[in-house]
Amino acid sequence: MGIIISVFEEGIIYAIMALGIYITYKILDFPDLTVDGSFPLGAAVTVALITRDVNPYVTLLISFAAGVIAGICTGLIHVKLNVRDLLSGIIMMTALYTINLEIAGKANVPIFTRETIFDNDLVNRIFPEFLKDYKKLIIIVIVALISKILLDLYLKTKSGYLLRGVGDNSILVTCLAKDSGVVKILGLAIANGLVALSGSVMSQNQRYFDATTGTGTMVIGLASVIIGINLFKNMTVIKATTAVIIGSIIYKACVAAAIQIGISATSLKLITAVLFLIILVISRDRKKKVKANA
Amino acid sequence: MLEVKNINKYYNLGTVNEMCLFRDFNLKIQDGEFVSVIGSNGSGKTSLLNIICGSINVESGNIYINDKDITNKKDFKRYKKIGRVFQNPAMGTCPNMTILENMSIADNKGKVFGLGKGTNKSRVDYYREQLSQLNLGLEDKLHTKVNSLSGGQRQAMALLMSTMTPIEFLILDEHTAALDPKTAEIIMELTNKIVIEKQLTTIMVTHNLRYAIEYGNRLLMMHQGTCLIDKSGAEKDKIEMDDLLQMFNKISIEYGN
Repeated sequence: MGIIISVFEEGIIYAIMALGIYITYKILDFPDLTVDGSFPLGAAVTVALITRDVNPYVTLLISFAAGVIAGICTGLIHVKLNVRDLLSGIIMMTALYTINLEIAGKANVPIFTRETIFDNDLVNRIFPEFLKDYKKLIIIVIVALISKILLDLYLKTKSGYLLRGVGDNSILVTCLAKDSGVVKILGLAIANGLVALSGSVMSQNQRYFDATTGTGTMVIGLASVIIGINLFKNMTVIKATTAVIIGSIIYKACVAAAIQIGISATSLKLITAVLFLIILVISRDRKKKVKANA
Repeated sequence: MLEVKNINKYYNLGTVNEMCLFRDFNLKIQDGEFVSVIGSNGSGKTSLLNIICGSINVESGNIYINDKDITNKKDFKRYKKIGRVFQNPAMGTCPNMTILENMSIADNKGKVFGLGKGTNKSRVDYYREQLSQLNLGLEDKLHTKVNSLSGGQRQAMALLMSTMTPIEFLILDEHTAALDPKTAEIIMELTNKIVIEKQLTTIMVTHNLRYAIEYGNRLLMMHQGTCLIDKSGAEKDKIEMDDLLQMFNKISIEYGN
């Protein structure tokens, strides 16, 4: 039972990040490696603020804002300095490693004794005894749902249409007299905001910051998006954002299963890579990406 | 009014493959003109359109819209007054968005793309009415994704979308070239109707000599960055298919292509 709950907890935390990847990878068609840096950025900002007694819920918003800034930087490097998409992400990811260390102070910062969004006076008072085991999960679900619903609503606005338009056909956006570069930057900003928010929740869940947690975030996110989208591609009732969240939970379950059958936790990254490869091959997603619409 | 003045355009500047396309090229297009542009491959037709729209830069020279110098204006800013339809039907629509979403996004050109609802419900009937004049049955498929439509259907939509909002200039870049003869005919008819209805100043590049003769009130024939024929009004009406074919033969003998 404990394992299942923790799969859901971690799966849904990563799902918030996967929603961000959904924006860059599926909507913008932009392989954004910034996430490997913006995920721990959210965590770094969070521990830095929590150790200074900032309200843990406020740290969520500030982490989101920090991610937005990281995304804007990647976008500016790509759009204004004409650096290729993949490289812009790598540059920001590398830069963020140092920035994260600066923000957090050192490579490993515990916040075991501090208040978090899961453990503070208010939450402890509201939750009845019988829900204690599910307290974390419920709070995580609330954060993820709010993110998902806001994203869904945004994608239905005029600005959201334009964002989808840029990924679909940037020439059309130019013909609509809109700067497609600015729209791309906006998309990267929202995406990395979500990723940093996810990092913030994760650090409060684990109650520590570790500078290396970001490595492989992109792969986890991509795997979640691809699993989710492909699993439900024939079901139009299920929204892509819902599919991504489910994909993330499934992915976490796969990793948990791999560890359960005795694969050591130290080879986690290898499992991640192999799983991702399998998912890519099965879904044939890369092949389809080669301009199916041309 | 649209004007290009003393345009110089080179390709592969500074390399052994350097090629001069336009040398001191001039062209003036008055308001209300519908110019058909013909010419062999590489004659500079599409480059001219790209220069006007800002998709490519020029080495020197100026471009004016209504006497305002727009040479250094970014492409997306120029499109405020310009609508454009491309040869490739996929370029005028968003394939993964529905017909309704495509119409909505086009309808919002020139306005702010803010946090308001993407599709204005009160406009849906208008979109339906617009689509129904195509006679392609698209008005009943509003929630279908555009990527399941045929090239002709997409091109018809692209044409509607590019002319939906108030614009002054319409740029058509071989917009019937990828279509079958019957669909091309329908699109051409529709183009003519829209141009007349909205009084758009239009430049149409085409390889179809019949369209060039039949439609529009000015005809340009380009070759290697110059205008060989430039006839408008009554003079244009006198041009016949044979004249154009002869001209094509002449230049291909003279220049060996």
